[in-house]
Amino acid sequence: MSALSDQLVSLAILAYLIAMISHAVEYALGNARARVTAAPARELVGAGVGAVGGGTPGVRAATGPSAADRTARRARLGGLIAVAATVLGALLHLGALVTRGLAADRMPWGNMYEFVLTGTWIGAAGWLVVLWQRPQLRRLGLFLSLVMVLLVATAELVLYTPIVPLVPALNSYWFVIHVSTIVFASGIFLLGAVPAVAFLMRSGYERGRRSFPYTLAKRLPAAAALERLTFVLHAFAFPVFTFAVIAGAIWAEAAWGRPWGWDPKETWSFISWVIYAGYLHARATPSVRRNVATWLAIAGFLTMLMNLFGVNIFFEGLHSYGGLD
Amino acid sequence: MTAVDERPAPPVEAPRHRPNRLLALLRNSWRQLTSMRTALVLLFLLAVAAIPGSVLPQRGVNPEDVRDYFVAYPDLAPVLDRIGAFEAFSSVWFSAIYLLLFTSLIGCITPRLRDHVRALRSKPPAAPRRLDRLPQHAVLPAPEGGAAAVAAALRRRRWRVVVRGDEVSAEKGYLKETGNLLFHSSLVLVLVGVALGSWYGWSGNKLLVAGEDNAFCNTRQQYAESKLGPRVSSADLPGFCIRLDDFEARFLESGQPEFYEARVTVDEVDGERRPAGFSVNSPLRLDGANVYLLGHGYAPVIRYTDRFGKSQTSNFPFLTTRDIGLTSEGLAAFPDVNVDPATGTRDPNLQVAFSGLYLPTAPAAAPFTRSEYPTERNPALNLVAYRGNLGMDAGIPGSVYELDQRQVRAGKVKEVGTKLLRKGETWKLDDGTTVEFLDTVPYVTLSVRYDPGATLLLVSSAVLLVGLMGSLFGRRRRVFFRVLPADPTSGSPTSGSSLVEAGGLPRTDHPGFADEFAQLVAAIGGDGRPGEEAGVDRDGDDRAAAREGAE
Ligand code: HEM
Repeated sequence: MSALSDQLVSLAILAYLIAMISHAVEYALGNARARVTAAPARELVGAGVGAVGGGTPGVRAATGPSAADRTARRARLGGLIAVAATVLGALLHLGALVTRGLAADRMPWGNMYEFVLTGTWIGAAGWLVVLWQRPQLRRLGLFLSLVMVLLVATAELVLYTPIVPLVPALNSYWFVIHVSTIVFASGIFLLGAVPAVAFLMRSGYERGRRSFPYTLAKRLPAAAALERLTFVLHAFAFPVFTFAVIAGAIWAEAAWGRPWGWDPKETWSFISWVIYAGYLHARATPSVRRNVATWLAIAGFLTMLMNLFGVNIFFEGLHSYGGLD
Repeated sequence: MTAVDERPAPPVEAPRHRPNRLLALLRNSWRQLTSMRTALVLLFLLAVAAIPGSVLPQRGVNPEDVRDYFVAYPDLAPVLDRIGAFEAFSSVWFSAIYLLLFTSLIGCITPRLRDHVRALRSKPPAAPRRLDRLPQHAVLPAPEGGAAAVAAALRRRRWRVVVRGDEVSAEKGYLKETGNLLFHSSLVLVLVGVALGSWYGWSGNKLLVAGEDNAFCNTRQQYAESKLGPRVSSADLPGFCIRLDDFEARFLESGQPEFYEARVTVDEVDGERRPAGFSVNSPLRLDGANVYLLGHGYAPVIRYTDRFGKSQTSNFPFLTTRDIGLTSEGLAAFPDVNVDPATGTRDPNLQVAFSGLYLPTAPAAAPFTRSEYPTERNPALNLVAYRGNLGMDAGIPGSVYELDQRQVRAGKVKEVGTKLLRKGETWKLDDGTTVEFLDTVPYVTLSVRYDPGATLLLVSSAVLLVGLMGSLFGRRRRVFFRVLPADPTSGSPTSGSSLVEAGGLPRTDHPGFADEFAQLVAAIGGDGRPGEEAGVDRDGDDRAAAREGAE
């Protein structure tokens, strides 16, 4: 079962890789359709986004209409294959989690490897939900599948840990409550960081920047739509994360005798919480530009990464369950 | 988006007489401090200021690491210490940031609370003259019953409604601001809870060896370490006694612990003696204190028989060295032995101590320095015997777990041999006295705590969460309906009957409002026939946007 899980992880990485390549093909061939796809989803009244305006059409294909048509069809095919591969990847990924859980006879969130594996799956599944609801954002899938390949492969190559049972401090129903919500929130924050980065690039592009990272955003969905998605994802993840931190404090009270002790993990969760609160706060502050707010969201995600990798590797604390020593 | 930031400045009176500069400055600073921008900056600072506390060792978390840090960086450490870097979370700079932030918060929410209470008690405003200027607009056939029927339909959908003649104004989504205020207010309560806990709470750590003789009662002297809040005195500690009867631990083959349970007998002041059990995730909850199980280990029972044939038994705990096999180190000191029964005098140079290493599962062959498994599969005690003046009478505090090395260096204590003992074995020392390793008894390390802020913390965090969701997912919006007088010249299918003009205004970022408005209009227009104009503001993208709103 454990070996099956490992194989499924490798297959999932492969599927995400295929998704990434197909997205890249779609992206590269995307000229002809760029006009249609990149036309920004019109923001409704009250969104308060300055950059609602305008088609920033992609460069028109110089070839004749039939050639353009064919390219468009190919691009579309690339996009469809990409989505299919992402669905397949997510299913394999889920299979890997389930088999690992069965092999370990517990929820598969006991160490860093399992944590990353579950968190990335939440991100992938969340992406499919977003795609279901807003098909026009499909091109963002290029970034997303890239992140998936990187993170899942890192998990597999660097963090891999054989299955072991839980230490007794983890053996409690609080484990399920606290860790599941943390993983869930982390997965959505991960997903939210993708449109956040895309938004920064795209809004630079829409403001006329044509230097390196901005040019990548040429065929991304409109900045306003990306910004909106960033907010929706963060607004969804933040209360979950808040709940998870509170649940952690309740558990810490039962296990260690204090709800909060500034253990490095706790400290970094606090930092993440404060920064994400700052993001939501900044977004609600009329005098703060959306770019600034979005940078805060990205900073928040970096602190989450720090908490996951940095704290497990560099610091010694009560939360030392990384399983890497 | 509520532009709280841009709260209109209070009307400034023309300064006839000399303006009070100080007052103006104060008022300006207050306005600055309570702006959302400042709150944002302070939030960011708070996050940054928390970083040193995770990078540098903290006294409150791990005092030994701080000591090690002083050894490793003898120049830097005192400087860092002076700025409070080893107690970062109670340092001046950290406190300053969060106190400013909370001042800002209170200054920000108080006026909003007042406004919101007012808004809750007042009626939705009158409809604007031109409803077609609103973001949503529609004209529909008037339902039978006119304005009253519209109002009834809105009330059924839980809008707050007011009817003014032919006009109906309705508002919904007060929950957003309510939630937002609840969220921010409970942040203040969380801080109050933390403060209560640190002022009126106390805690102590105790290492409790099994057995009647080692029972411990809750007084400050009995704790190895204790911390009382500034508003607590030793007399406030509730009196209870605990005796450890048994300790059970199960481990996996890898040595990883799987299960712990401590069984104790508790004696509370006005209760009977009762047995109780607790484990890692379920503390012992007593009246006025909770007892948490933090760790466990072995206390070897060692009997020393002196040259006059008198025996004494020690079961002093050996501290685990944090390895997986529970290798433990400790000291069994016998300062009051070799007392001549005839004279009653004690020769201070004939004190005896054994320092040793206890291995619950000793390896099959030497070196016997590391235990292989945490339970007692092959217990062995590696002892080093010392004789001489242990230096315990001098009143110099030393560790009870280690031999005072100063006495060894000064030649006042001499090593007299080493031996590996199994349970039940006896070792005869060079002077004919004997030491026996009888058995081991378990011990547990406990943390006993009282936190009077805990309940408030729990309640306020729950409210915080509820408020947060209300704030993030609530959406404030208004709709207006105006019953128009019948227009006999119109050739529309509704000619002859009157029409209703409707307008809608989302007051917060709410992409799904167009859909909601259309549905509302359709429902009120009766028989599901929306006014044709209900769709004017809609286009294909609205569908997606509407779904966004539903998230
Ligand atoms: C302890 C520090 C604070 C934290 C953690 C915090 C957190 C948050 C969060 C997470 C939100 C987003 C919820 C939402 O969008 O409705 C928010 C909104 C808001 N905060 Fe704060 N806040 C803090 C301090 C303040 C202060 C000092 C002010 C006033 C100056 C303030 C005023 C507001 C307002 C007006 C909103 C609502 C904006 C809107 O949605 O229209 N907050 N805050």
